[in-house]
Amino acid sequence: MQKQADQQIAYRPRPFFRRFQEDPTSQGLALISPTFIYLFIFMILPMVLVVILSILTRGPYGNVVYRLNWQNYSRLIDTLYLRILWFSLWTAALTSLFSILIGYPLAYYIARAPRKQRSLLLFLILIPFWTNFIIRIYAWIMILRTEGLLNTMLINLGIIKVPLDILYTPTAVLIGMVYEFLPFMVLPLYTSLEKIENAQLEAAADLGARPWQVFMRVTLPLSVPGMIAGSILVFIPAMGMFVVPDLMGGAKTLLVGNLIRNQFLTARDWPFGAAASMLLLMLTLAVTLFYTRKAGFGEELLV
Amino acid sequence: MSEKKPSFGLRLYAFLAYAYIYLPIILLIIFSFNTQKLNVRWEGFTLHWYDQLFRDQNVLLATRNTLLIALVSTVLSTIIGTLAALALQRYHFPGYTIAESILYIPVIIPEVVMGISLLVFFSMINFRLGLTTIALSHIAFNIPFVTLVVRARLHGFDKSIEEAAMDLGANWLITFWRVTLPTIMPGVLAGALLAFTLSLDDYVITYFTAGPGSTTLPLRVFSMVRFAVTPEVNALSALWIVTIFVVLGIGQIIQRRQT
Repeated sequence: MQKQADQQIAYRPRPFFRRFQEDPTSQGLALISPTFIYLFIFMILPMVLVVILSILTRGPYGNVVYRLNWQNYSRLIDTLYLRILWFSLWTAALTSLFSILIGYPLAYYIARAPRKQRSLLLFLILIPFWTNFIIRIYAWIMILRTEGLLNTMLINLGIIKVPLDILYTPTAVLIGMVYEFLPFMVLPLYTSLEKIENAQLEAAADLGARPWQVFMRVTLPLSVPGMIAGSILVFIPAMGMFVVPDLMGGAKTLLVGNLIRNQFLTARDWPFGAAASMLLLMLTLAVTLFYTRKAGFGEELLV
Repeated sequence: MSEKKPSFGLRLYAFLAYAYIYLPIILLIIFSFNTQKLNVRWEGFTLHWYDQLFRDQNVLLATRNTLLIALVSTVLSTIIGTLAALALQRYHFPGYTIAESILYIPVIIPEVVMGISLLVFFSMINFRLGLTTIALSHIAFNIPFVTLVVRARLHGFDKSIEEAAMDLGANWLITFWRVTLPTIMPGVLAGALLAFTLSLDDYVITYFTAGPGSTTLPLRVFSMVRFAVTPEVNALSALWIVTIFVVLGIGQIIQRRQT
Protein backbone atom coordinates (compact mmCIF):
# COMPACT_ATOMS: atom_id res chain seq x y z
CA MET A 1 0.00 0.00 0.00
CA GLN A 2 2.71 2.38 1.07
CA LYS A 3 4.79 1.37 -1.95
CA GLN A 4 2.02 2.11 -4.41
CA ALA A 5 1.50 5.55 -2.94
CA ASP A 6 5.21 6.24 -3.29
CA GLN A 7 5.13 5.33 -6.91
CA GLN A 8 2.19 7.58 -7.58
CA ILE A 9 3.99 10.49 -6.01
CA ALA A 10 7.12 9.73 -7.97
CA TYR A 11 5.28 9.69 -11.29
CA ARG A 12 2.91 12.56 -10.71
CA PRO A 13 5.01 15.34 -12.30
CA ARG A 14 4.94 13.49 -15.64
CA PRO A 15 1.46 12.11 -16.23
CA PHE A 16 1.84 12.37 -19.97
CA PHE A 17 4.97 10.25 -20.06
CA ARG A 18 3.44 7.65 -17.82
CA ARG A 19 0.43 7.26 -20.02
CA PHE A 20 2.71 7.17 -23.01
CA GLN A 21 4.95 4.54 -21.45
CA GLU A 22 2.04 2.22 -20.82
CA ASP A 23 0.31 2.55 -24.17
CA PRO A 24 2.00 0.71 -27.04
CA THR A 25 -0.50 2.00 -29.61
CA SER A 26 0.36 5.63 -29.07
CA GLN A 27 4.06 4.76 -28.97
CA GLY A 28 3.77 3.12 -32.36
CA LEU A 29 1.80 6.05 -33.74
CA ALA A 30 4.34 8.51 -32.40
CA LEU A 31 7.18 6.61 -34.06
CA ILE A 32 5.47 6.29 -37.44
CA SER A 33 3.98 9.79 -37.62
CA PRO A 34 7.14 11.64 -38.80
CA THR A 35 7.43 9.23 -41.74
CA PHE A 36 3.73 9.36 -42.42
CA ILE A 37 3.57 13.17 -42.37
CA TYR A 38 6.75 13.59 -44.39
CA LEU A 39 5.83 11.12 -47.11
CA PHE A 40 2.31 12.46 -47.24
CA ILE A 41 3.60 15.96 -47.98
CA PHE A 42 6.48 15.06 -50.28
CA MET A 43 5.24 11.92 -52.02
CA ILE A 44 1.47 11.44 -51.89
CA LEU A 45 0.39 15.07 -52.18
CA PRO A 46 2.65 15.70 -55.23
CA MET A 47 1.22 12.59 -56.92
CA VAL A 48 -2.32 13.79 -56.25
CA LEU A 49 -1.38 17.16 -57.76
CA VAL A 50 -0.15 15.41 -60.93
CA VAL A 51 -3.46 13.54 -61.21
CA ILE A 52 -5.34 16.84 -60.96
CA LEU A 53 -2.91 18.56 -63.33
CA SER A 54 -3.50 15.88 -65.95
CA ILE A 55 -7.10 17.05 -66.46
CA LEU A 56 -6.33 20.78 -66.56
CA THR A 57 -5.57 22.99 -69.57
CA ARG A 58 -2.33 24.42 -70.83
CA GLY A 59 -2.37 28.20 -71.00
CA PRO A 60 -1.02 30.22 -73.94
CA TYR A 61 2.38 30.81 -72.30
CA GLY A 62 2.98 27.30 -71.03
CA ASN A 63 1.20 28.10 -67.77
CA VAL A 64 -1.63 26.05 -66.31
CA VAL A 65 -5.24 27.19 -66.62
CA TYR A 66 -7.75 25.76 -64.15
CA ARG A 67 -10.23 24.49 -66.70
CA LEU A 68 -11.29 20.88 -67.03
CA ASN A 69 -9.80 19.21 -70.09
CA TRP A 70 -9.86 15.52 -70.90
CA GLN A 71 -8.04 15.98 -74.18
CA ASN A 72 -4.65 15.43 -72.56
CA TYR A 73 -5.58 11.77 -72.41
CA SER A 74 -7.24 11.50 -75.80
CA ARG A 75 -4.19 13.13 -77.38
CA LEU A 76 -2.09 10.24 -76.14
CA ILE A 77 -3.90 7.90 -78.53
CA ASP A 78 -2.15 9.60 -81.43
CA THR A 79 0.00 7.26 -83.56
CA LEU A 80 3.13 9.24 -82.72
CA TYR A 81 2.68 8.75 -78.97
CA LEU A 82 1.46 5.18 -79.31
CA ARG A 83 4.61 4.39 -81.21
CA ILE A 84 6.77 5.91 -78.45
CA LEU A 85 4.81 3.91 -75.91
CA TRP A 86 5.17 0.69 -77.85
CA PHE A 87 8.89 1.30 -78.32
CA SER A 88 9.32 1.90 -74.58
CA LEU A 89 7.50 -1.32 -73.71
CA TRP A 90 9.56 -3.18 -76.29
CA THR A 91 12.85 -1.74 -75.01
CA ALA A 92 11.97 -2.45 -71.38
CA ALA A 93 10.93 -6.02 -72.26
CA LEU A 94 14.12 -6.62 -74.25
CA THR A 95 16.18 -5.19 -71.38
CA SER A 96 14.54 -7.69 -69.00
CA LEU A 97 15.05 -10.54 -71.46
CA PHE A 98 18.74 -9.85 -72.04
CA SER A 99 19.28 -9.34 -68.31
CA ILE A 100 17.87 -12.84 -67.76
CA LEU A 101 20.00 -14.33 -70.55
CA ILE A 102 23.19 -12.75 -69.23
CA GLY A 103 22.32 -12.91 -65.54
CA TYR A 104 20.94 -16.44 -65.22
CA PRO A 105 24.14 -18.42 -65.82
CA LEU A 106 25.96 -15.99 -63.55
CA ALA A 107 23.43 -16.38 -60.73
CA TYR A 108 23.59 -20.16 -61.23
CA TYR A 109 27.37 -20.08 -61.00
CA ILE A 110 27.24 -18.10 -57.75
CA ALA A 111 24.57 -20.39 -56.25
CA ARG A 112 26.82 -23.37 -57.02
CA ALA A 113 30.00 -21.78 -55.68
CA PRO A 114 31.45 -22.75 -52.30
CA ARG A 115 29.32 -21.20 -49.55
CA LYS A 116 32.15 -19.01 -48.30
CA GLN A 117 32.76 -17.43 -51.70
CA ARG A 118 29.13 -16.64 -52.48
CA SER A 119 28.84 -13.34 -50.64
CA LEU A 120 32.10 -12.15 -52.18
CA LEU A 121 30.93 -13.09 -55.70
CA LEU A 122 27.64 -11.25 -55.11
CA PHE A 123 29.48 -8.25 -53.69
CA LEU A 124 31.63 -8.14 -56.82
CA ILE A 125 28.47 -7.78 -58.90
CA LEU A 126 27.21 -4.98 -56.68
CA ILE A 127 30.37 -2.86 -56.67
CA PRO A 128 29.94 -1.35 -60.16
CA PHE A 129 26.31 -0.75 -59.22
CA TRP A 130 27.54 1.65 -56.54
CA THR A 131 29.34 3.82 -59.06
CA ASN A 132 27.23 6.56 -60.53
CA PHE A 133 25.02 5.41 -63.37
CA ILE A 134 25.94 8.32 -65.64
CA ILE A 135 29.57 7.33 -65.27
CA ARG A 136 28.66 3.80 -66.31
CA ILE A 137 26.86 5.14 -69.38
CA TYR A 138 29.87 7.30 -70.16
CA ALA A 139 32.14 4.24 -70.01
CA TRP A 140 30.01 2.62 -72.70
CA ILE A 141 29.97 5.78 -74.82
CA MET A 142 33.77 5.67 -74.80
CA ILE A 143 33.68 2.07 -75.97
CA LEU A 144 30.91 2.29 -78.56
CA ARG A 145 31.38 5.62 -80.34
CA THR A 146 32.55 5.70 -83.96
CA GLU A 147 36.17 6.45 -83.06
CA GLY A 148 35.77 4.53 -79.78
CA LEU A 149 37.69 1.67 -78.26
CA LEU A 150 35.64 -1.12 -79.83
CA ASN A 151 35.91 0.21 -83.38
CA THR A 152 39.62 1.04 -82.98
CA MET A 153 40.28 -2.49 -81.77
CA LEU A 154 38.25 -4.18 -84.50
CA ILE A 155 39.90 -2.10 -87.23
CA ASN A 156 43.38 -2.71 -85.85
CA LEU A 157 42.67 -6.43 -85.77
CA GLY A 158 41.52 -6.20 -89.38
CA ILE A 159 38.07 -7.60 -88.61
CA ILE A 160 36.25 -4.58 -90.03
CA LYS A 161 37.32 -1.80 -92.40
CA VAL A 162 34.62 0.80 -91.77
CA PRO A 163 33.75 1.67 -88.14
CA LEU A 164 30.42 0.32 -86.89
CA ASP A 165 27.77 2.88 -86.05
CA ILE A 166 26.49 1.51 -82.77
CA LEU A 167 26.29 4.61 -80.62
CA TYR A 168 23.15 6.73 -81.10
CA THR A 169 21.03 3.75 -82.15
CA PRO A 170 18.37 1.76 -80.26
CA THR A 171 20.96 -1.04 -79.91
CA ALA A 172 23.21 1.30 -77.92
CA VAL A 173 20.28 2.15 -75.64
CA LEU A 174 19.70 -1.54 -75.05
CA ILE A 175 23.39 -2.17 -74.30
CA GLY A 176 23.40 0.71 -71.82
CA MET A 177 20.19 -0.36 -70.08
CA VAL A 178 21.20 -4.01 -69.70
CA TYR A 179 24.51 -2.95 -68.19
CA GLU A 180 22.73 -0.56 -65.81
CA PHE A 181 20.14 -2.99 -64.53
CA LEU A 182 21.92 -6.37 -64.55
CA PRO A 183 22.43 -6.48 -60.75
CA PHE A 184 18.66 -6.07 -60.23
CA MET A 185 18.24 -9.33 -62.12
CA VAL A 186 21.16 -11.34 -60.71
CA LEU A 187 20.28 -10.78 -57.04
CA PRO A 188 16.71 -12.12 -57.07
CA LEU A 189 17.73 -14.93 -59.43
CA TYR A 190 20.46 -15.94 -57.01
CA THR A 191 18.02 -15.82 -54.07
CA SER A 192 15.59 -18.20 -55.74
CA LEU A 193 18.28 -20.54 -57.09
CA GLU A 194 20.01 -20.71 -53.73
CA LYS A 195 16.78 -21.76 -52.02
CA ILE A 196 16.30 -24.88 -54.16
CA GLU A 197 16.69 -27.98 -52.02
CA ASN A 198 19.40 -30.38 -53.00
CA ALA A 199 17.07 -33.29 -52.27
CA GLN A 200 14.82 -32.22 -55.13
CA LEU A 201 17.69 -32.24 -57.59
CA GLU A 202 18.92 -35.59 -56.30
CA ALA A 203 15.44 -37.08 -56.46
CA ALA A 204 15.16 -36.10 -60.11
CA ALA A 205 18.58 -37.58 -60.83
CA ASP A 206 17.74 -40.80 -58.95
CA LEU A 207 14.61 -41.17 -61.02
CA GLY A 208 16.77 -41.20 -64.12
CA ALA A 209 16.79 -37.59 -65.29
CA ARG A 210 19.90 -36.47 -67.11
CA PRO A 211 21.58 -33.28 -65.79
CA TRP A 212 20.01 -31.33 -68.64
CA GLN A 213 16.55 -32.67 -67.78
CA VAL A 214 17.08 -31.92 -64.09
CA PHE A 215 17.81 -28.33 -65.04
CA MET A 216 14.88 -27.96 -67.43
CA ARG A 217 12.27 -29.76 -65.32
CA VAL A 218 13.32 -28.86 -61.77
CA THR A 219 15.79 -25.99 -61.48
CA LEU A 220 14.33 -23.72 -64.14
CA PRO A 221 10.68 -23.92 -62.99
CA LEU A 222 11.73 -23.39 -59.35
CA SER A 223 13.64 -20.25 -60.28
CA VAL A 224 10.67 -18.61 -62.01
CA PRO A 225 9.84 -16.41 -58.95
CA GLY A 226 13.35 -14.99 -59.11
CA MET A 227 13.00 -14.32 -62.81
CA ILE A 228 9.70 -12.53 -62.23
CA ALA A 229 11.02 -10.44 -59.34
CA GLY A 230 14.09 -9.55 -61.38
CA SER A 231 11.99 -8.66 -64.40
CA ILE A 232 9.86 -6.29 -62.32
CA LEU A 233 12.93 -4.66 -60.80
CA VAL A 234 14.42 -4.18 -64.29
CA PHE A 235 11.21 -3.35 -66.13
CA ILE A 236 10.00 -0.49 -63.91
CA PRO A 237 13.13 1.68 -64.08
CA ALA A 238 13.65 0.76 -67.75
CA MET A 239 10.15 1.99 -68.65
CA GLY A 240 10.70 5.44 -67.19
CA MET A 241 14.34 5.80 -68.21
CA PHE A 242 15.25 8.94 -70.14
CA VAL A 243 18.93 9.40 -69.36
CA VAL A 244 20.25 6.44 -71.34
CA PRO A 245 18.27 7.37 -74.50
CA ASP A 246 19.39 10.98 -74.02
CA LEU A 247 23.07 10.10 -73.96
CA MET A 248 23.24 6.95 -76.09
CA GLY A 249 20.15 6.98 -78.28
CA GLY A 250 20.64 10.09 -80.36
CA ALA A 251 17.74 12.27 -81.45
CA LYS A 252 15.74 9.40 -82.95
CA THR A 253 15.35 7.23 -79.89
CA LEU A 254 12.51 8.57 -77.76
CA LEU A 255 11.03 6.70 -74.81
CA VAL A 256 8.06 7.64 -72.60
CA GLY A 257 10.50 9.03 -70.05
CA ASN A 258 11.87 11.44 -72.65
CA LEU A 259 8.36 12.42 -73.72
CA ILE A 260 7.38 13.27 -70.14
CA ARG A 261 10.61 15.14 -69.48
CA ASN A 262 10.22 17.17 -72.69
CA GLN A 263 6.63 18.13 -71.90
CA PHE A 264 7.70 19.49 -68.53
CA LEU A 265 10.96 21.17 -69.40
CA THR A 266 11.00 22.09 -73.10
CA ALA A 267 7.49 22.01 -74.58
CA ARG A 268 6.09 23.31 -71.28
CA ASP A 269 2.78 21.51 -71.69
CA TRP A 270 2.50 20.36 -68.09
CA PRO A 271 -1.07 18.96 -68.25
CA PHE A 272 -0.17 16.77 -71.21
CA GLY A 273 3.06 15.67 -69.50
CA ALA A 274 1.04 14.85 -66.39
CA ALA A 275 -1.35 12.73 -68.46
CA ALA A 276 1.60 10.88 -70.03
CA SER A 277 3.02 10.28 -66.51
CA MET A 278 -0.29 8.82 -65.40
CA LEU A 279 -0.26 6.49 -68.39
CA LEU A 280 3.29 5.38 -67.58
CA LEU A 281 2.33 4.84 -63.97
CA MET A 282 -0.73 2.77 -64.91
CA LEU A 283 1.33 0.67 -67.29
CA THR A 284 4.05 -0.11 -64.75
CA LEU A 285 1.47 -0.84 -62.05
CA ALA A 286 -0.42 -3.12 -64.43
CA VAL A 287 2.71 -5.04 -65.36
CA THR A 288 3.75 -5.34 -61.70
CA LEU A 289 0.30 -6.53 -60.63
CA PHE A 290 0.07 -8.97 -63.51
CA TYR A 291 3.38 -10.55 -62.62
CA THR A 292 2.93 -10.59 -58.85
CA ARG A 293 -0.58 -12.05 -59.10
CA LYS A 294 0.78 -14.79 -61.29
CA ALA A 295 3.71 -15.64 -59.08
CA GLY A 296 2.75 -14.40 -55.64
CA PHE A 297 4.82 -11.83 -53.84
CA GLY A 298 8.12 -13.47 -53.03
CA GLU A 299 10.88 -12.29 -50.77
CA GLU A 300 12.92 -12.13 -53.99
CA LEU A 301 11.54 -8.64 -54.54
CA LEU A 302 12.97 -7.44 -51.27
CA VAL A 303 16.66 -8.09 -51.69
CA MET B 1 21.64 -25.42 -53.65
CA SER B 2 24.85 -26.93 -52.45
CA GLU B 3 28.21 -26.36 -53.96
CA LYS B 4 29.16 -28.39 -56.97
CA LYS B 5 32.20 -27.96 -59.12
CA PRO B 6 30.96 -25.98 -62.10
CA SER B 7 31.73 -27.19 -65.57
CA PHE B 8 34.51 -25.54 -67.54
CA GLY B 9 31.98 -23.78 -69.74
CA LEU B 10 30.20 -22.24 -66.79
CA ARG B 11 33.46 -21.08 -65.21
CA LEU B 12 34.55 -19.51 -68.49
CA TYR B 13 31.16 -17.83 -68.75
CA ALA B 14 31.42 -16.43 -65.21
CA PHE B 15 34.87 -15.08 -65.99
CA LEU B 16 33.59 -13.35 -69.12
CA ALA B 17 30.58 -11.99 -67.26
CA TYR B 18 32.76 -10.43 -64.58
CA ALA B 19 35.01 -9.03 -67.30
CA TYR B 20 31.92 -7.52 -68.93
CA ILE B 21 30.96 -5.93 -65.62
CA TYR B 22 34.39 -4.53 -64.80
CA LEU B 23 36.14 -3.81 -68.08
CA PRO B 24 34.23 -0.60 -68.95
CA ILE B 25 35.01 0.90 -65.56
CA ILE B 26 38.66 -0.14 -65.63
CA LEU B 27 39.10 1.31 -69.13
CA LEU B 28 37.46 4.49 -67.94
CA ILE B 29 39.97 4.87 -65.12
CA ILE B 30 42.98 4.01 -67.32
CA PHE B 31 42.03 6.61 -69.91
CA SER B 32 41.84 9.34 -67.28
CA PHE B 33 45.68 9.35 -67.43
CA ASN B 34 45.76 9.69 -71.22
CA THR B 35 47.62 12.61 -72.79
CA GLN B 36 45.44 12.62 -75.92
CA LYS B 37 42.60 15.08 -75.61
CA LEU B 38 40.35 13.25 -78.06
CA ASN B 39 40.73 10.19 -75.86
CA VAL B 40 40.63 7.74 -78.76
CA ARG B 41 43.83 5.80 -78.27
CA TRP B 42 46.45 5.65 -75.58
CA GLU B 43 49.29 8.12 -76.13
CA GLY B 44 51.04 8.67 -72.84
CA PHE B 45 50.69 9.14 -69.09
CA THR B 46 49.69 12.47 -67.57
CA LEU B 47 48.04 13.87 -64.48
CA HIS B 48 47.04 17.00 -66.37
CA TRP B 49 43.31 16.21 -66.33
CA TYR B 50 43.25 15.82 -62.57
CA ASP B 51 44.98 19.17 -62.27
CA GLN B 52 42.46 20.75 -64.57
CA LEU B 53 39.63 19.16 -62.59
CA PHE B 54 40.78 20.72 -59.32
CA ARG B 55 40.76 24.15 -60.97
CA ASP B 56 37.28 23.71 -62.46
CA GLN B 57 35.08 26.02 -60.37
CA ASN B 58 31.89 24.36 -61.63
CA VAL B 59 33.04 20.94 -60.51
CA LEU B 60 34.14 22.23 -57.11
CA LEU B 61 30.82 23.97 -56.54
CA ALA B 62 28.93 20.85 -57.66
CA THR B 63 30.99 18.72 -55.26
CA ARG B 64 30.19 21.04 -52.39
CA ASN B 65 26.47 21.00 -53.23
CA THR B 66 26.39 17.23 -53.59
CA LEU B 67 28.08 16.59 -50.25
CA LEU B 68 25.90 19.14 -48.46
CA ILE B 69 22.68 17.60 -49.81
CA ALA B 70 23.86 14.05 -49.13
CA LEU B 71 24.81 14.89 -45.54
CA VAL B 72 21.62 16.72 -44.64
CA SER B 73 19.32 14.21 -46.31
CA THR B 74 21.19 11.24 -44.80
CA VAL B 75 20.96 12.53 -41.23
CA LEU B 76 17.28 13.44 -41.44
CA SER B 77 16.11 10.41 -43.40
CA THR B 78 18.05 8.08 -41.11
CA ILE B 79 16.38 9.51 -38.01
CA ILE B 80 12.87 9.47 -39.50
CA GLY B 81 13.33 6.08 -41.19
CA THR B 82 14.71 4.41 -38.06
CA LEU B 83 11.72 5.57 -36.01
CA ALA B 84 9.41 4.12 -38.68
CA ALA B 85 11.31 0.82 -38.66
CA LEU B 86 10.89 0.59 -34.87
CA ALA B 87 7.19 1.35 -35.20
CA LEU B 88 6.57 -1.23 -37.92
CA GLN B 89 8.65 -3.99 -36.39
CA ARG B 90 7.46 -3.77 -32.80
CA TYR B 91 4.08 -2.11 -32.56
CA HIS B 92 0.62 -2.50 -33.94
CA PHE B 93 -1.41 0.59 -34.46
CA PRO B 94 -4.30 1.79 -36.59
CA GLY B 95 -3.10 2.47 -40.14
CA TYR B 96 -0.30 -0.10 -39.99
CA THR B 97 -0.92 -1.54 -43.47
CA ILE B 98 -1.33 1.94 -44.97
CA ALA B 99 2.01 3.03 -43.54
CA GLU B 100 3.63 -0.16 -44.79
CA SER B 101 2.32 0.28 -48.34
CA ILE B 102 3.31 3.96 -48.49
CA LEU B 103 6.87 2.84 -47.88
CA TYR B 104 6.75 0.75 -51.05
CA ILE B 105 5.81 3.67 -53.30
CA PRO B 106 9.35 4.60 -54.38
CA VAL B 107 10.05 0.98 -55.30
CA ILE B 108 7.13 0.70 -57.72
CA ILE B 109 6.93 4.22 -59.13
CA PRO B 110 9.18 5.21 -62.04
CA GLU B 111 11.68 7.83 -60.90
CA VAL B 112 10.69 10.24 -63.65
CA VAL B 113 7.11 10.34 -62.35
CA MET B 114 8.32 11.05 -58.82
CA GLY B 115 10.61 13.75 -60.21
CA ILE B 116 7.91 15.61 -62.12
CA SER B 117 5.43 15.28 -59.23
CA LEU B 118 7.91 17.01 -56.92
CA LEU B 119 8.52 19.69 -59.57
CA VAL B 120 4.76 20.26 -59.84
CA PHE B 121 4.41 20.35 -56.06
CA PHE B 122 7.20 22.85 -55.46
CA SER B 123 6.11 25.15 -58.23
CA MET B 124 2.47 25.08 -57.11
CA ILE B 125 3.39 26.21 -53.60
CA ASN B 126 5.85 28.71 -55.13
CA PHE B 127 8.87 27.17 -53.44
CA ARG B 128 12.07 28.34 -55.15
CA LEU B 129 13.95 25.41 -56.66
CA GLY B 130 17.44 25.00 -55.24
CA LEU B 131 19.48 23.12 -52.65
CA THR B 132 16.55 23.02 -50.20
CA THR B 133 14.12 21.45 -52.65
CA ILE B 134 16.73 18.85 -53.68
CA ALA B 135 17.43 17.94 -50.05
CA LEU B 136 13.71 17.73 -49.19
CA SER B 137 13.16 15.40 -52.16
CA HIS B 138 16.16 13.22 -51.30
CA ILE B 139 14.87 12.77 -47.76
CA ALA B 140 11.55 11.60 -49.23
CA PHE B 141 13.04 8.84 -51.39
CA ASN B 142 15.61 7.85 -48.75
CA ILE B 143 13.20 7.26 -45.84
CA PRO B 144 11.71 4.04 -47.30
CA PHE B 145 15.14 2.57 -48.02
CA VAL B 146 16.44 3.38 -44.53
CA THR B 147 13.30 1.83 -43.02
CA LEU B 148 13.74 -1.31 -45.11
CA VAL B 149 17.36 -1.81 -44.03
CA VAL B 150 16.83 -1.01 -40.35
CA ARG B 151 13.75 -3.25 -40.20
CA ALA B 152 15.75 -6.16 -41.56
CA ARG B 153 18.25 -5.69 -38.73
CA LEU B 154 15.53 -5.41 -36.09
CA HIS B 155 14.27 -8.83 -36.97
CA GLY B 156 16.28 -10.76 -34.41
CA PHE B 157 16.17 -8.09 -31.71
CA ASP B 158 15.79 -9.52 -28.22
CA LYS B 159 13.11 -7.49 -26.47
CA SER B 160 13.90 -8.89 -23.05
CA ILE B 161 16.99 -6.72 -22.62
CA GLU B 162 14.77 -3.66 -22.92
CA GLU B 163 12.37 -5.06 -20.37
CA ALA B 164 15.32 -5.70 -18.10
CA ALA B 165 16.36 -2.06 -18.40
CA MET B 166 12.82 -0.92 -17.62
CA ASP B 167 12.63 -3.24 -14.62
CA LEU B 168 15.86 -1.75 -13.33
CA GLY B 169 14.20 1.65 -13.33
CA ALA B 170 15.14 3.23 -16.65
CA ASN B 171 12.36 5.15 -18.35
CA TRP B 172 11.58 4.66 -22.05
CA LEU B 173 13.86 7.47 -23.17
CA ILE B 174 16.87 6.21 -21.25
CA THR B 175 16.10 2.64 -22.34
CA PHE B 176 16.04 3.73 -25.96
CA TRP B 177 19.23 5.76 -25.70
CA ARG B 178 21.27 3.31 -23.63
CA VAL B 179 19.91 -0.08 -24.72
CA THR B 180 17.87 -0.05 -27.94
CA LEU B 181 19.91 2.35 -30.02
CA PRO B 182 23.34 0.78 -29.36
CA THR B 183 21.89 -2.63 -30.25
CA ILE B 184 20.39 -1.58 -33.56
CA MET B 185 23.29 0.75 -34.43
CA PRO B 186 24.79 -1.52 -37.16
CA GLY B 187 21.44 -1.50 -38.97
CA VAL B 188 21.08 2.26 -38.57
CA LEU B 189 24.58 2.79 -39.95
CA ALA B 190 23.89 0.48 -42.88
CA GLY B 191 20.71 2.44 -43.59
CA ALA B 192 22.58 5.74 -43.37
CA LEU B 193 25.27 4.49 -45.73
CA LEU B 194 22.65 3.43 -48.26
CA ALA B 195 20.89 6.79 -47.96
CA PHE B 196 24.20 8.62 -48.42
CA THR B 197 25.15 6.74 -51.58
CA LEU B 198 21.62 7.00 -53.03
CA SER B 199 21.66 10.75 -52.50
CA LEU B 200 25.18 11.09 -53.89
CA ASP B 201 24.17 9.13 -56.96
CA ASP B 202 20.75 10.51 -57.76
CA TYR B 203 20.30 12.15 -61.11
CA VAL B 204 16.61 11.98 -62.03
CA ILE B 205 14.95 13.44 -58.92
CA THR B 206 17.72 16.03 -58.59
CA TYR B 207 17.33 17.02 -62.22
CA PHE B 208 13.70 17.98 -61.72
CA THR B 209 14.11 19.69 -58.35
CA ALA B 210 17.33 21.64 -59.01
CA GLY B 211 17.36 25.37 -59.61
CA PRO B 212 20.01 27.76 -60.84
CA GLY B 213 23.24 27.47 -58.88
CA SER B 214 22.33 24.17 -57.24
CA THR B 215 24.02 21.86 -59.76
CA THR B 216 25.19 18.60 -58.25
CA LEU B 217 27.93 16.25 -59.45
CA PRO B 218 25.65 13.87 -61.39
CA LEU B 219 24.11 16.85 -63.18
CA ARG B 220 27.58 18.25 -63.88
CA VAL B 221 28.85 14.91 -65.24
CA PHE B 222 25.77 14.65 -67.44
CA SER B 223 26.36 18.03 -69.07
CA MET B 224 30.09 17.30 -69.45
CA VAL B 225 29.38 13.96 -71.15
CA ARG B 226 26.85 15.60 -73.44
CA PHE B 227 29.26 18.33 -74.38
CA ALA B 228 32.39 16.35 -75.17
CA VAL B 229 34.18 13.12 -74.35
CA THR B 230 37.38 14.45 -72.75
CA PRO B 231 39.74 12.81 -70.25
CA GLU B 232 38.62 15.37 -67.69
CA VAL B 233 35.33 13.48 -67.41
CA ASN B 234 37.33 10.29 -66.96
CA ALA B 235 39.36 11.90 -64.18
CA LEU B 236 36.22 13.05 -62.40
CA SER B 237 34.67 9.60 -62.79
CA ALA B 238 37.80 7.86 -61.53
CA LEU B 239 37.96 10.05 -58.43
CA TRP B 240 34.28 9.44 -57.81
CA ILE B 241 34.63 5.67 -58.11
CA VAL B 242 37.59 5.67 -55.72
CA THR B 243 35.64 7.81 -53.24
CA ILE B 244 32.67 5.45 -53.31
CA PHE B 245 34.97 2.49 -52.69
CA VAL B 246 36.54 4.27 -49.70
CA VAL B 247 33.09 5.09 -48.27
CA LEU B 248 31.95 1.48 -48.80
CA GLY B 249 35.17 0.17 -47.23
CA ILE B 250 34.72 2.37 -44.16
CA GLY B 251 31.12 1.16 -43.91
CA GLN B 252 32.27 -2.47 -44.02
CA ILE B 253 34.89 -1.88 -41.33
CA ILE B 254 32.38 -0.13 -39.04
CA GLN B 255 29.91 -2.98 -39.48
CA ARG B 256 32.53 -5.65 -38.81
CA ARG B 257 33.48 -3.88 -35.61
CA GLN B 258 29.92 -3.58 -34.46
CA THR B 259 28.98 -7.19 -34.92
